[in-house]
Amino acid sequence: MTLRIRLAALAGVVVLALVAAGFYVLRVQRDQASAAGSAPAVPVTDLAAALTAPHIVFRSTALGSGYGKLAVAPLTAPDGPRAFTEASCERAYAVAGRSVCLSARRGLTNTYKAHVLGPDWAATGDLPLTGLPSRVRLSRDGALAVTTTFVYGDSYASLGQFSTRTVVTRIGHKGSSDLETFRLLVDGKRITAADRNFWGVTFADDDRFYATAASGGKTWLVRGSLAQKRLDSIRTDVECPSLSPDGTRIAFKKHGGMAPGHWRLAVYDLRTGVETELAETRSVDDQAEWLDDKTVLYGLPRDGATGAATSDIWATPADGAGPPRVLVPDAWSPAVVRTSSPR
Amino acid sequence: MYVSVRDRPAAAAGRTGRVATTVVLLGVVSMFTDISSEMVAAVLPLYLTTAVGLGYLAYGLVDGIYQGVSAVVRIGGGYAADRGGHPKWIALVGYGVSAVSRIALLPAHGFAAIAGVISADRLGKGLRTAPRDAIIAESSDPAQLGRSFGVHRTLDTIGAALGPLIAFAVLALVPGSYDSVFVVSFAFAVVGFAVLVLFVPDVRTRAATAKAGLRQAFREISGTRLRRPLLATGLLGMLTVGDGFLYLAVQQRDDLTASFFPLLYVGTNVAYLIFALPLGRLADRIGRARVFVGGHVALLAAYLAAGGQLGGLVTTVLVLLLLGTYYAATDGVLPALVSRLVSDEVRGSGIAAAQTVVALSRFVSALAFGSLWVLFGRGHALLVVGLLLAVALPFAWRLMRTSEAPA
Repeated sequence: MTLRIRLAALAGVVVLALVAAGFYVLRVQRDQASAAGSAPAVPVTDLAAALTAPHIVFRSTALGSGYGKLAVAPLTAPDGPRAFTEASCERAYAVAGRSVCLSARRGLTNTYKAHVLGPDWAATGDLPLTGLPSRVRLSRDGALAVTTTFVYGDSYASLGQFSTRTVVTRIGHKGSSDLETFRLLVDGKRITAADRNFWGVTFADDDRFYATAASGGKTWLVRGSLAQKRLDSIRTDVECPSLSPDGTRIAFKKHGGMAPGHWRLAVYDLRTGVETELAETRSVDDQAEWLDDKTVLYGLPRDGATGAATSDIWATPADGAGPPRVLVPDAWSPAVVRTSSPR
Repeated sequence: MYVSVRDRPAAAAGRTGRVATTVVLLGVVSMFTDISSEMVAAVLPLYLTTAVGLGYLAYGLVDGIYQGVSAVVRIGGGYAADRGGHPKWIALVGYGVSAVSRIALLPAHGFAAIAGVISADRLGKGLRTAPRDAIIAESSDPAQLGRSFGVHRTLDTIGAALGPLIAFAVLALVPGSYDSVFVVSFAFAVVGFAVLVLFVPDVRTRAATAKAGLRQAFREISGTRLRRPLLATGLLGMLTVGDGFLYLAVQQRDDLTASFFPLLYVGTNVAYLIFALPLGRLADRIGRARVFVGGHVALLAAYLAAGGQLGGLVTTVLVLLLLGTYYAATDGVLPALVSRLVSDEVRGSGIAAAQTVVALSRFVSALAFGSLWVLFGRGHALLVVGLLLAVALPFAWRLMRTSEAPA
């Protein structure tokens, strides 16, 4: 091949690559524009009406103008028409009259916000946040909020090098508690290792909570007290606990002997110490939520028809009987609000 | 086609001449490939958590294991390049596999699929590095090898710095469309691949005529000339704490928000690309082993700065500068050093052996340092390793000085 032919070939490759990639990006841009302009691909109902009865709050992943918005559906028909709020969140949690919305502002450096939303879904304040948020919960009365972030989130390439920060905030008050400043006792022995990590808090009341503690490659379910600044281990291999409405059981993901990145949903009875694996056999990486005392909810990703990432909220019986079913299609990050919201 | 990077005026160095066109071309190939791979690396954590819905703890675990696999493939790539006598062919396979892995991210949506695609990329990288460095060594004046590698690494690092910028520009244009990032990344990889196919000459190494058997490769690698520098490299590698730990130390001390984390990588890369060429030339002048060991002195200083109590922006910038200096003084200098210590027939294997020693010893160090961190906490762990490094440096120098090739 002469130099001229090779140069021509390179020019051809460059032009082809440029045109093809440019065409792809422009098509995505056009699709996004038309999707954002089009009505949501799901039936829509009135927000005020939906909030008067017990309901489920979730992030809608249905294509259309409501993509990524918080939505509400009545518990009587969770897969029926949904009502959209104006809040866009990556992840959220809600109780009656209050919710916390984690959102990302993308750029060269990504900044994240944790907004506290009032009854009208408008932001009333921010929670302190360091890093990439992964879990959020409110206490039952909405007085306390907790977020877990990956502080060292950008190094996915380093073995065992990660750091989480879990911070409890009393909403409307200054200051917050970082769980790493609490005393951690495993089987009564104090753990002071620098690799202590905590995540996935679930509140029992305004003082007591459950969470995951990790150190040296092991994880524990711990019971904590905000007043005493103390965490006591209950058992091993528990991640992202979620307390049942009656306060007797913990739904969680367990790793067991599975490959890295795989978890099995299970329920632990705090009174008897009995563990029950749930019927869901797919790997679940989510902090579960309880629909009622008998049913556990969780999100699972699904490949969308147009390549857009979407997800569904699934439900499975807490006693391990099957089978799991889709509770809310095109949805993520469920929060069950059992009382109607004060207006 | 004359592509050349002129050196600075003769007055500065006393030695002029062009860096071989092949070296610059390979630099361009690496630049495009690095744009492509860093684009993906920059958005991957976000993609996994927000789009795929995975936690990345899971991902980090697997990735560490594949680093080990990549080290083994590296040796294979070096040996295959020697054995066949066509290092370009092996490099082509390596670059090709990595390029294809970008587009394979489009249909891959599960954890296993994504982990598979990423490891294919790493394997491609492992495969291509040694043959590529062998071509650089083959096409360069032996007396100016350090400078050649410096030019190559500079171009390579420019790509690494541009990649994240381009990725975030794409995301700004089409928010949330990670597939667009993968497609654009693939386009860059294809251009790099085309430059390699069309312009990089199929340099025939001596191995083409004198086929070196496994036995000869092994004999040379374990032979007296290479044994001592490899030992020294392994010793120093085991006391090399991963960048991630240093960044974490800086971050914990100064409570930088995680959103600024990517900037730490960018800072190191900028320092690396500024110093790669000057230090490569310095290595040609005063000796490669000297600069290589000197780079570890910079690393030691970085430990002290990151592990000490002095905080603030100045210390953080200093850590990044020192870390970049360390990379500039070692990454390209090591193959330059090794190339002259083995016979031409097994050059690829020799370079691969040295790079494998680096990769494996750093892997060991990451595991060991993780435990130290747990036992002593951040600052003390760094100071302990710093102390060990200070003790090891004179030994490493003694092992290496004999291999100082006449420049």
